[in-house]
Amino acid sequence: MTGEYIAFFIFAFMSITGAVLVINLTRVIHMVLAMGLTFLGVAGLFLILNAEFLAFVQVLIYAGAITIMMALGVMMTNQHHEKQVRRRWHSFFAFVGAVTIGGTVFYGIYKTPWVCNPSGFDENNILTIGERMFTEYVVPFEIASVLLLVALIGAVLIAKREGDQ
Amino acid sequence: MVPLSAYLAVAAILFTIGVFGVLFKRNSIIVLLSIELMLNAANINLVAFSKFGIYPDTAGQIFSLFVIAVAAVEAAVGLAILILYFRNRGTININEMDIMKR
Repeated sequence: MTGEYIAFFIFAFMSITGAVLVINLTRVIHMVLAMGLTFLGVAGLFLILNAEFLAFVQVLIYAGAITIMMALGVMMTNQHHEKQVRRRWHSFFAFVGAVTIGGTVFYGIYKTPWVCNPSGFDENNILTIGERMFTEYVVPFEIASVLLLVALIGAVLIAKREGDQ
Repeated sequence: MVPLSAYLAVAAILFTIGVFGVLFKRNSIIVLLSIELMLNAANINLVAFSKFGIYPDTAGQIFSLFVIAVAAVEAAVGLAILILYFRNRGTININEMDIMKR
């Protein structure tokens, strides 16, 4: 049992616990905070996988920005409790569908003989990521920046109060 | 060395919980959060294969960065739509979103 295993179990437990709490809690704001726990656990998994920059981005964008934005959205839409009125067979079919997808994926994971070659991986890969991002992947990078700008303007336009001008 | 299938199993569990949340939850904000959870599970797979694949490569991490950017965009626009809907209709319960069905 090395330190890597212990760290992996801690972070995997964090992320799965947060996800299960999102399903089971009753107050919506608690669900959003539990989702923050999940995002932090996933960031830890990225750290174990030698993706330090991605772990940093995950903490910054997901655990920081998206969780806080969703919490603000919950406060603005003012729903204290989730209504328990639901159609009778709905939750059953939701459960069956999710378990079917999960079971198929698990079957695939455990039936495939994975060929692992972690020795060829560059341990200090932040420099490599930066160089490839601005040479090989520069067109997707610019398209992503345009997409962010469009989403910024679009979100402001959509959520603007209509009688303000 | 933690094996590859352990990371894939964690990602599969997170994805399954995300699918269940999308199908089961009635609050639209929690449905958006469940979609984020599924995108996160896909990111774990991309990063795990960028380290443990037959040809280890940082391209998986770069693709995860783009996925994170698109996920942030989707969360922002989705939340704007939900706030507009709440202002007009007074609810964000997904069972009552039936204007275009009537």
